[in-house]
Amino acid sequence: MNGGADTMAPSATSMIAATSQRIGAVVLRHAFLMRTSWPRIFELMYWPTIQMVLWGFITRFLLTNSSYIAQAAGVLISAVLLWDVLFRGQLGFSLSFLEEIWSRNLGNLSVSPLRPAEFLVALTVMSLLRTLIGVLPAAGLAIVFYDANLFALGLPLIGFFACLLMFGWAIGMMVCALILRVGQGAESVAWLAIFLIAPVSAIYYPVSVLPDWLQVVAWMLPSAPVFEGMRAILIDGTVRLDLMAHAFGLILVYLAIGASLFLFAFHVARRRGLLLQIGE
Amino acid sequence: MNDSVIEVSHLAKSFNGTVAVRDASFCVARGQTVALLGANGAGKTTTISMLLGLVLPSAGSIRVLGQDMVRHRHRVLPRMNFSSPYVDLPRRLTVEQNLMFFARLYGVAAPRARLGELARDLDLTGLLKKPSGQLSAGQKTRVSLAKALINDPELLLLDEPTASLDPETANWMRDYLKRYQAQGGCAILLASHNMAEVERLAHEVLMMRQGGIVDRGAPAALIERYGRRDMEEVFLDIARGARPPGHENATLPVLEPRAAASPAIDRANPAAKAAAAR
Repeated sequence: MNGGADTMAPSATSMIAATSQRIGAVVLRHAFLMRTSWPRIFELMYWPTIQMVLWGFITRFLLTNSSYIAQAAGVLISAVLLWDVLFRGQLGFSLSFLEEIWSRNLGNLSVSPLRPAEFLVALTVMSLLRTLIGVLPAAGLAIVFYDANLFALGLPLIGFFACLLMFGWAIGMMVCALILRVGQGAESVAWLAIFLIAPVSAIYYPVSVLPDWLQVVAWMLPSAPVFEGMRAILIDGTVRLDLMAHAFGLILVYLAIGASLFLFAFHVARRRGLLLQIGE
Repeated sequence: MNDSVIEVSHLAKSFNGTVAVRDASFCVARGQTVALLGANGAGKTTTISMLLGLVLPSAGSIRVLGQDMVRHRHRVLPRMNFSSPYVDLPRRLTVEQNLMFFARLYGVAAPRARLGELARDLDLTGLLKKPSGQLSAGQKTRVSLAKALINDPELLLLDEPTASLDPETANWMRDYLKRYQAQGGCAILLASHNMAEVERLAHEVLMMRQGGIVDRGAPAALIERYGRRDMEEVFLDIARGARPPGHENATLPVLEPRAAASPAIDRANPAAKAAAAR
């Protein structure tokens, strides 16, 4: 019996294999869902592309009217695309979680061998896939239409991408913890949360533009050093590793806080018997 | 050798001070079917939720397949499964996609072969490409059972397994469960309001009232003890507070008129909703 699932003193290798299989199962479930619903895929690509087109025209206009933009033509479009990495990363995480609530599948997952930490990892994989599906076509179109090449950032782009994606996961974990704690009524936070940090993330302007006290807040977020680092490359042609290190250090803290909040909210939901109730 | 698949000892659960389950102790042996019976809010679904690890007990212990369910539930979850008509499968996924997803989640070694086997056994072959959201109630129940059997569990927890099924399909389902148990020795714990089903499937019945187990025994023994013709009459006696002959002076727990049901499952249960409305 047991369909081949070994539970007798498993070795580390078999545990890793089982964990990978369970994470893969959740990813497969979401891949099935996306395959059967083209509007979901279309929606993923729609907003980044619209944003890119809009800021592309603004850039064209400003190129002839602003010496700041003239220094680096791709700075606004790169900012838009990197901001979308953060936004899509967070939304991809939160929406994959919400899909389980909307389909009332959280109960099934909770009584399966899937561990909460594995569920978290599966959500991050889905977030990565959703982000790539959303941002890559827009980045390609930016090259074709505006000659603005995000990939010109070179190797640091990988660091920026990873920073923003992981910060999106951390915020996504906090949003999901809130939904577990207060119920589905909080789902709109999934769309709103990220905009709370937009003004202090220094996406389109330097941190120095902000009032002094907000600059302190900005430097406590991983997003501000990423956008500052992006501008340093595009405008000054320098790679600021100190900013990258600053961002990664903060991300570790935010990820730890996000994961702890999610796991704690999951534990409380078990104690209060809410895991099947959410979604009804 | 201890042949118990479930060992529950002095189990209790309160939600914000309201008692849902009190001092419940019972065992379920390999190859045995035990039915939890009781009116809405008696504590059946809360008990099942605790056995699944969905709800943490306030007191007492639960051991499933030799493991403490509060501390080590992930060691045994691959060896058990659960079905309830009140928990959906993802509606947009086809039956095949859903079963493939759960097969991988439960670590089934040869998922496609197992899926084919279940599709044949449960007459699902024609439904495999159909989205789960487009199934009839009876088809959904069969798919839900296929999901519950996907990992060939040693312990099956069933909440209202034949709810919303027509009599013929329900009968077929009971036959299937009996055959399945006879083949592999699976232990089954079921919560049901269908007394005929309980008489037919259960080796032992646990009668719950106001969160506590107030009587237990084989269906035939309970019918004889209460001097009734069938389990339905026994159920009504117990629901109305009757004591078994010889225990007329025994006191049942004095509680509120209706103990708290698990907010988890009973909110999804139309019968529970109707009872709450009354």
